Amino acid sequence: MIRVDGRGDSTSLIKVRGLNKTYSRGGEQIQVLQGLNLDVDKGDFVAFMGPSGSGKTTLLNLLGGLDVPSAGSITVDGDEITHMSASKLTQWRARHVGFIFQMYNLIPVLTAFQNVELPLLLTKLSKSDRRKHVETALGVVGLSDRMNHYPRQLSGGQEQRVTIARAIVSDPTFLLCDEPTGDLDRKSADEIMALIEELVGKYSKTILMVTHDPQVAARAHTTLHLNKGVLVEAKALQEGVLAGGAA
Amino acid sequence: MKYSRLIFANLFRKKIRLVLTVGSFAIALFLFTFLAVVRGAFSRNTELAGADRLVVINRVGLINTMPLAYGDRIRQIKGVKYVTHNNWFGGVYQDEKNFFPQFVIDPANQLKVMTELRVPDDQWKNFLADRQGAVVGRNLAKRFKWKVGDRIPLQNALYGSTKTWEFNLDGIYTNDKEGGDESQFWLQWDYFYENIPDVIKGQAGWWVLKLDSPDDAVRVGKAIDGGFANSSYETKTETESAFQAGFAKQLGNIQLLITAIGTVVFFTLLLVTGNTMAISIRERTSELAVLKAIGYSDRFVLFFVLAESLVIALIGGLLGLGLAMLAIPVVGANLNGMLPPLLLSAAALGLGVLLAVFVGVASGLLPGIGAMRLRVVDALRRV
Repeated sequence: MIRVDGRGDSTSLIKVRGLNKTYSRGGEQIQVLQGLNLDVDKGDFVAFMGPSGSGKTTLLNLLGGLDVPSAGSITVDGDEITHMSASKLTQWRARHVGFIFQMYNLIPVLTAFQNVELPLLLTKLSKSDRRKHVETALGVVGLSDRMNHYPRQLSGGQEQRVTIARAIVSDPTFLLCDEPTGDLDRKSADEIMALIEELVGKYSKTILMVTHDPQVAARAHTTLHLNKGVLVEAKALQEGVLAGGAA
Repeated sequence: MKYSRLIFANLFRKKIRLVLTVGSFAIALFLFTFLAVVRGAFSRNTELAGADRLVVINRVGLINTMPLAYGDRIRQIKGVKYVTHNNWFGGVYQDEKNFFPQFVIDPANQLKVMTELRVPDDQWKNFLADRQGAVVGRNLAKRFKWKVGDRIPLQNALYGSTKTWEFNLDGIYTNDKEGGDESQFWLQWDYFYENIPDVIKGQAGWWVLKLDSPDDAVRVGKAIDGGFANSSYETKTETESAFQAGFAKQLGNIQLLITAIGTVVFFTLLLVTGNTMAISIRERTSELAVLKAIGYSDRFVLFFVLAESLVIALIGGLLGLGLAMLAIPVVGANLNGMLPPLLLSAAALGLGVLLAVFVGVASGLLPGIGAMRLRVVDALRRV
């Protein structure tokens, strides 16, 4: 169940309380997030929308431990990340977060296989175990036959699939997607969204996604709008999907 | 190592830049090693000089001679074991560019004083019995493909009118000390003496003394110079190493010059490689940010950058050292005795490797620290 009123119960996978983020720009203080609350359960798929500069990506960065809030707390699976040291946060990210970026951000000199393997190099898995995990992840995104292709040899949609495989290969607690279809044509975007839906439906992944595209947001269980630094719940798109996501 | 693929893949990202950087590293290391070898050649004679030998020259300068009779007085000073006298001959073999040092020696004492030089007994015996005999160093014989029994003509204009002196090559000497000189030409004192004008007879160029003990050097030196003080031919006595160092200095402060050039090469290399690494890292800002986002620590990122720059340095460095190993013997052989033998020692190679490692680490350090401090959020926003 997704809540933005700060009254979620202790079983929430992600619990955000009173989150503030202020930037200093040219001597002026700009408050992007103002006392934001959010509860997300395991298996939820939530989309964040809002105009440019509303703080969507900032929120995603804070949830992913890439940035630190000015005030408030973020607790993920019982770990409060807001007070972790930078090195602890790095380790935490490796274990709990999968990132999917708009621009894919693959390493161009590595093959699809090698790109997906990157997060696993930080683990103690043997080479053969790493291979099994990578093959599984690339199988899930339908790129088993493109393992040895370099990013330049893949289409945009395929590159984004590799990014998704890289995000899921270490089986993180949740995935953060920043405009995952922003650089794709409609057909490829639909395919990527179908894949993301599959990750939620079939593999019970928890996904938080930022998007500008209402059609993409409509595929999420819940769409939340960022308005004046706080989250406002939009209408539930499909009650049935919401109930399924919370199950 | 599981990260090696990432390091090497990044290295080969821009092949032309890699080749140019490795190439500049190789050339710089070659130049640096070559200069170190030349510097070593200039200082080797000083290092190899006998601690128990003194050289007596005219206080005015090396080209001024002294009365031959000084030898007897020097020999009588307590602590002097053997004395030998030499003269500069200064002949030309075929062409002036075929320069090599030629000394008129005192056959009776030469090998007693220069104990590290060896001539086979039969060859030395022939030399002593042959007024026109000559003994040459192994390198010199090799240079002109001379062998025992050859007739060697030297043209000389220093002593009277220009004339050709004929010599029989009776022996070839070797030097027990590694890297020691083997490029001299010795001729008999008697043959020289009977062919020079009367006006310059009875003079010697310099003396070399062997002492009973190196501890006697200061006392004996003072005794010699004090004994000839206020005479027409005052002397200057110094240890053989001081004499060699002074001789090298007559060419100018070569060592300082070489050190200065080497230092410039070193810092230029540091700047070139550092700049290349900085550009390379700047191009990959977003990729480094992604690595950090997915869990690679700041130290890991620093390690990647340092590893890359170290690999470039080692590949370039080893190529440069390999080039030096190939080129130095060839260059040395073609210097025609203008410089002491060029020896590429294990120490020089080790220094080259150390230098490569140092430059590799130093040039990667600043870009690496920059990458380490990179904020993921800022870097991804720049994409």
